Amino acid sequence: MYEGVVQDLIDELGRLPGVGPKSAQRIAFHLLQADPADVRRLTEVLTVVREKVRFCERCFNVAEDTECRICLDVKRDQSFLCVVEEPKDVVAIERTREFRGRYHVLGGAISPIDGIGPDDLKITELVRRLGEEPIEEVILATNPNLNGEATATYLSRLLRTMGLRVTRLASGLPVGGDLEYADEVTLGRAFEGRRVVDA
Amino acid sequence: MSLGPIAGWTAPRLGGVFVRHLTLQDFRSYESADLEFASGVTTFVGLNGQGKTNIVEALGYLASLSSHRVAQDAPLVRAGAGQAIVRAAVVRDDREQQLELEINPGRANRARLGRSPLTRPRDLLGNLRTVLFAPEDLALVKGDPSERRRFLDGLLVARQPRWAGARADYDKILKQRNALLKTARTATDRQSALSTLPVWDSHLAKVGANLVYARLRLLRDLQPYLQLAYDEVSAGQSDARTSYKSSMYDELAEQLAAGEVPEVGELEAGFAKTFEQQHRAEVERGQTLVGPHRDDVVLQLGALPAKGYASHGESWSFALGLRIAAFQLLRHDLGTDPVLVLDDVFAELDAGRRRRLALMVADCEQVLITAAVGDDVPDSLTGATFTVTLGKVTPDDQ
Ligand SMILES: Nc1ncnc2c1ncn2[C@@H]1O[C@H](COP(=O)(O)OP(=O)(O)OP(=O)(O)O)[C@@H](O)[C@H]1O
Ligand SMILES: [Mg+2]
Ligand SMILES: [Zn+2]
Repeated sequence: MYEGVVQDLIDELGRLPGVGPKSAQRIAFHLLQADPADVRRLTEVLTVVREKVRFCERCFNVAEDTECRICLDVKRDQSFLCVVEEPKDVVAIERTREFRGRYHVLGGAISPIDGIGPDDLKITELVRRLGEEPIEEVILATNPNLNGEATATYLSRLLRTMGLRVTRLASGLPVGGDLEYADEVTLGRAFEGRRVVDA
Repeated sequence: MSLGPIAGWTAPRLGGVFVRHLTLQDFRSYESADLEFASGVTTFVGLNGQGKTNIVEALGYLASLSSHRVAQDAPLVRAGAGQAIVRAAVVRDDREQQLELEINPGRANRARLGRSPLTRPRDLLGNLRTVLFAPEDLALVKGDPSERRRFLDGLLVARQPRWAGARADYDKILKQRNALLKTARTATDRQSALSTLPVWDSHLAKVGANLVYARLRLLRDLQPYLQLAYDEVSAGQSDARTSYKSSMYDELAEQLAAGEVPEVGELEAGFAKTFEQQHRAEVERGQTLVGPHRDDVVLQLGALPAKGYASHGESWSFALGLRIAAFQLLRHDLGTDPVLVLDDVFAELDAGRRRRLALMVADCEQVLITAAVGDDVPDSLTGATFTVTLGKVTPDDQ
């Protein structure tokens, strides 16, 4: 155990995802020895990020305002809506430059084992948007793994009665994986080759 | 279908596959072992508990990613050690390839093929195939349905490794569906708790139908070999057959038991119909009651089921017949022999059966035999012999 505030720092770092006690200790001592200016910058970003960044009220992507930059961008095509699990998936798809519509971030995927059902995802909000916005095609871009597929099937069954085109990214994405890890070319191709789901 | 004379059981062979070298580190009783093999017959002789089975178990694990003795990995790691390593040099068409598996109980195992680490140990499958017969196989006849499912799925994967992926997917979907049914059992609003059930139904049905279809085809293909193999080991006393016992609704289950192999789509529809019939029971019990995880294979000797009726000797012959049939199926399908392992088999057989078994295996590319008493192994099976004493394996001078 270290003295008071140093131990506090180690404990706080250790609560971050993916950081074990050993790494927490290493990061703590790195910070103690780092250039004060570097540490100040980190402190500022941490403060600002909590104050400024929140979730877009429309699509639940990360945003600096009540709505995110993509929702506010009038040049984006309102007739296409891409449904993803997490904000990081928005980033992955934006990188491909293949998609010019808007997004809807569910906040996860259906997984009974983890107690996550449709009510725990932003699905009611999605349905409301489909009623309010001039959306013509919904592209289901949940992860190409079992829970992502289940979520896509659930949504396609829910949405098919609404008179929209519902499509799913083409196969060819690494099965069992995350969108995040698909390379840009593969992901871009998956977009181009998307198919109407017949679930 | 003509299989030719038994003594030959010949098949067009593309080139041999055999294990030239096996290295164990902290596997079972071995701190380390380095064993050099040739093709043909290799025999391990040693008293009880000296480590003979441990050697062939390691090889079987490398080939199938599962042990024939335990379901968990922990017992495979030498007491006091953190991980075990099994490494083999496999010769195929005169080219040698190294297979390595790191067994980490409680954590993910890791595999290498040649120099490259593999993303998943599963990707190792298909590079080495073994058919292993051991005293534990008596459970194929006398044991629970899970034993027979394991036999079937193991052979499915040995034949076409891609089925390992389907099995893994099936198990994951099944867990999700069971979790959902369990929550629904105690939920105040059952309707809403089950809102995603149709999704899991359709996903389970899709993967499940493919698995059942593959199993049915496998049984159909295995049948002629089984008949022949059982005739051989039992000296032609009775008719050995299998039939698939499915958890589908009655009429479909009857069709499958009669040996029909419907299209995958029909099986998928069968799932849907059975889910409907079983809905109340599934929700009450919080469990999925239909699917390959509930199915069984009925082993028949003549008009009677083997389980509960067959004598000890008949049960033995049936279990051995299943393994030999599996070997023959793989030989004919793949054009190369899997490595045949006979653990402690000869001691259980009378003189006539020993002779016939020896005749059957004599032309296999590689056979590994273990015996507590060397004299139990017929003299006709000549080859290298190792003596196993207290975890030390010493080659006998020829
Ligand atoms: N994880 C382990 N760590 C250390 N020793 C182990 C471990 N697992 C098994 N053993 C030891 O290995 C021995 C059993 O070896 P094995 O099953 O290979 O015997 P065998 O030579 O085949 O005997 P038999 O003729 O009775 O079949 C036992 O003495 C057992 O205690
Ligand atoms: Mg043994
Ligand atoms: Zn937004």
